[in-house]
Amino acid sequence: MELINKIPDGPLDQKWTKYKNTARLVNPANKRNIDVIVVGTGLAGASAAASLAEMGYKVKALCFQDSPRRAHSIAAQGGINAAKNYMNDGDSTYRLFYDTIKGGDYRSREANVYRLAEVSANIIDQCVAQGVPFARDYGGLLDNRSFGGTQVSRTFYAKGQTGQQLLLGAYSAMSRQIGKGNITLLNRHEMLDVVVIDGKARGIIARNLVTGAIERHSAHAVALCTGGYGNVFFLSTNAMGSNVTAAWRAHKRGALMANPCFTQIHPTCIPVSGDHQSKLTLMSESLRNDGRIWVPKFKEDAEAIRAKKLKPTDLAEDRRDYYLERRYPAFGNLVPRDVASRAAKERCDAGFGVNATGEAVYLDFASSFERYGKQQATVKGLHNATHDEIIAMGKKVVEQKYGNLFQMYEQIVAENPYETPMMIYPAVHYTMGGLWVDYELMTTIKGCYACGEANFSDHGANRLGASALMQGLADGYFVLPYTIGNYLADEISTGKISTDAPEFVAAEDNVRKQIESLFNNNGTVPVDHFHRKLGKIIWDYCGMARSEEGLKFAISEIQKIREDFFKNARIPGVQNGMNPELEKAMRVADFIDLGELMCKDALERNESCGGHFREEYQTEEGEALRVDDVYNYVAAWEFTGNPSAPILNKEPLVYDNIKVQSRSYK
Amino acid sequence: MTTLKYNHVVINNNMENGMNLTLKVWRQANAEAQGQMTEYKLGNVSPDMSFLEMMDVLNDGLIRKGEDPVTFDHDCREGICGMCSMFINGEAHGPNRGVTTCQLHMRSFKDGDTIYIEPWRSAGFPVIKDLMVDRSAFDRIQQAGGFVSVNTSGRTLDANAIPVPKADADKAFDAATCIGCGACVATCPNGSAMLFVGAKVSQFALLPQGHPERHDRVENMVKQMDAEGFGNCSNIGACEVKCPKSISIENIARMNREYMAANLKG
Ligand SMILES: Cc1cc2nc3c(=O)[nH]c(=O)nc-3n(C[C@H](O)[C@H](O)[C@H](O)COP(=O)(O)OP(=O)(O)OC[C@H]3O[C@@H](n4cnc5c(N)ncnc54)[C@H](O)[C@@H]3O)c2cc1C
Ligand code: SF4
Ligand code: FES
Repeated sequence: MELINKIPDGPLDQKWTKYKNTARLVNPANKRNIDVIVVGTGLAGASAAASLAEMGYKVKALCFQDSPRRAHSIAAQGGINAAKNYMNDGDSTYRLFYDTIKGGDYRSREANVYRLAEVSANIIDQCVAQGVPFARDYGGLLDNRSFGGTQVSRTFYAKGQTGQQLLLGAYSAMSRQIGKGNITLLNRHEMLDVVVIDGKARGIIARNLVTGAIERHSAHAVALCTGGYGNVFFLSTNAMGSNVTAAWRAHKRGALMANPCFTQIHPTCIPVSGDHQSKLTLMSESLRNDGRIWVPKFKEDAEAIRAKKLKPTDLAEDRRDYYLERRYPAFGNLVPRDVASRAAKERCDAGFGVNATGEAVYLDFASSFERYGKQQATVKGLHNATHDEIIAMGKKVVEQKYGNLFQMYEQIVAENPYETPMMIYPAVHYTMGGLWVDYELMTTIKGCYACGEANFSDHGANRLGASALMQGLADGYFVLPYTIGNYLADEISTGKISTDAPEFVAAEDNVRKQIESLFNNNGTVPVDHFHRKLGKIIWDYCGMARSEEGLKFAISEIQKIREDFFKNARIPGVQNGMNPELEKAMRVADFIDLGELMCKDALERNESCGGHFREEYQTEEGEALRVDDVYNYVAAWEFTGNPSAPILNKEPLVYDNIKVQSRSYK
Repeated sequence: MTTLKYNHVVINNNMENGMNLTLKVWRQANAEAQGQMTEYKLGNVSPDMSFLEMMDVLNDGLIRKGEDPVTFDHDCREGICGMCSMFINGEAHGPNRGVTTCQLHMRSFKDGDTIYIEPWRSAGFPVIKDLMVDRSAFDRIQQAGGFVSVNTSGRTLDANAIPVPKADADKAFDAATCIGCGACVATCPNGSAMLFVGAKVSQFALLPQGHPERHDRVENMVKQMDAEGFGNCSNIGACEVKCPKSISIENIARMNREYMAANLKG
């Protein structure tokens, strides 16, 4: 298949302006006769639905939760980037663009990333106007913090609940349009197929999760804003319901899946505590502004700590190894996520891990308590403050910044992080891979778009912190509303699309058959069993480190899991009513197929880049070794009917504005 | 009417040295069916499990026995989506303060305990199945006025054009941390939704961006709240205590002031 990315010509900083000036428009009267389905109500979906409805399109919005406000975006903690340069620390559109390309290890498209940086400042204006209560300084102006992989402070935040506040902003914009009748909300609905007629997306098949009814919905365009697929690993920081089903079903209908092996393992998450674990909890990257990461310098200390004979606070400074500061003096604790995660794994694999499982490192705030405490003492003129008073004041400052995260930690681990360092370990967090889209965010199915984490477009092989929220809102508020018109301009005389077309009938039939076969297999084993097994294989062989041998083994194991699943999974309950096990089963079926594709993709990419670390390709110091002359492309996979035999298409990546270098944070 | 065929089910999970619990769980096949409490014995529960992970273990056992697992709402499992909603031993989100059900851990219980697990009960929240209820009334209240009528074009003022005093911004933020779980309603003897609505009204009332529409907003939201069948506030204050985000009842007072001001204006 030929991949046309539709990147406009001209200088980088004028492409988007030029595009907007020449894209076709749909006049207001015609918009009223055009239906758009937006699947998903996270940052991408809610902002897209609100914007499209406001422009005059008739929108249907779907989410599987009971309310749009509960989309997984709600859980984002640390912040959102924007090139506002309010801190006057040398930030600019170009610098945000550059950091993102470099952070992504030179595996993303220049034009898309530049556009993202360009619209980023607007996002903040928009959100403030909506009443999003960002953190402010004492002068009443917006405050910023730093995130990994950058040397400026460009991250806007609302304590540890930035995603919540941004999503509630987009949800309120959406609610306004629902109230006006411009959006029809289909909550507790799951999309199970895209209906393609004459090569164009013409609607979807969805299941009403309350009644079990299989429904047909037609539209002139469909936007998939269905989030990432991190839950393929079973354990991840994603919400329990996050899934690949919508994207995967589109993939099966002709949308290519790009770079599926590019997944992000986040360095600071609460470690696994036992077999019952159902999900993992992130401790925001923002904590690395003030927390220092370390393990014991000597193995005997690590062993004593694991045996609970020694406490971390007992260890003197010279017996600690602040390994990120040691290895990467320029960026220290704020190296990008892939680098920080691998470094933690390296130390733990070498026997320096600090909890019972040996898979944890410390994130320590002691020196920040002291630093902030001293600052406070100076500000308040308390020159005789005792050490304890200083620490207490410092803790107050830290509480102001991260109070809810500290509280969350204590609830889960039952240890007070103000008194003893946090224990953290990397966990699956985000997926850079996703549906292939062109510059207009259209997939390889005409009229079918993908926005937010569901697409592959902006983060290359590694996403920088606080850039997913930025991308989701950029796609939904500022990109799709322009690009979709360019396609819909041809649809003004199409008229209402009938759901009686044979393609609708066939797609519905297909979904029904799948459901029936899941019910009728006489299996005895709960769905979660298969999901855990799949997740473990992918974590072990397609996680933080990958190798040819491991990936080949994983592929054969996944094929066995698929067979076992269809034979032995038990779906209790009813088809025509609320049935969470059935929902899970359909998602797991798609995760199995996706998992196999991820391993294939990782196997095919004989280099290391960003989150994709092939053990065979590393420098002497253990850093990722890219092979630019061969692998500087987007791997876009095509479904053939057989999940084990996909076809690889390549979109070459062209760098006209940035010199491709090897990434260094030293 | 459906009656459930199993009344006592014993599930043993293979953890060693865990707790043994008796669970009395509300089972209701659908909105129309009559529900009932059903008893389950669950063995070897680890104190490190979250409450929902304990429910997962129960469900795993039920599925293996060919029974229908217990349906409950959940998603983020970290206290932010507002989806989980269980009434545990007579308290919304269980015995602890400032946490949701998904943040409750089994270390808050002890071996041999009997735990009663029920759905939110309120006229405004009909049961869908077992522990799952319909909270779409909250969405409709939001649709009635819980927004600033600004277009999403991005052609607005620069974000720093209007400074907001930090104290106001912080208060607005505190109000905005409401997760829409409905524990306030479930806890209130009157089934009032005033804490939820008050929090949203306050967030916007405290920010300059919310001022132009403040009167219409409060009137429209209160009107919808009443239409949904939520009860009135009689200052009991139980909502604030059981709110997992510790939303202050000051927000109800602020909403009442906003409402009076709107009425005076006419
Ligand atoms: C714990 C955590 C913290 C994070 N913190 C940050 C941060 O600080 N900064 C940052 O930039 N990024 C952060 N991220 C990443 C960021 O939150 C996500 O990438 C982003 O929110 C994804 O938004 P989205 O709109 O693409 O998808 P989501 O928010 O995942 O929304 C998906 C939507 O699709 C719907 N859906 C899915 N499948 C179907 C289907 N089949 N049928 C119907 N509906 C469906 C869901 O109901 C939901 O509404 C964080 C992620 C996690 C896990
Ligand atoms: S006010 Fe508190 S209890 Fe009520 S919905 Fe909001 S978070 Fe839940
Ligand atoms: S599951 Fe999200 S708040 Fe409990």
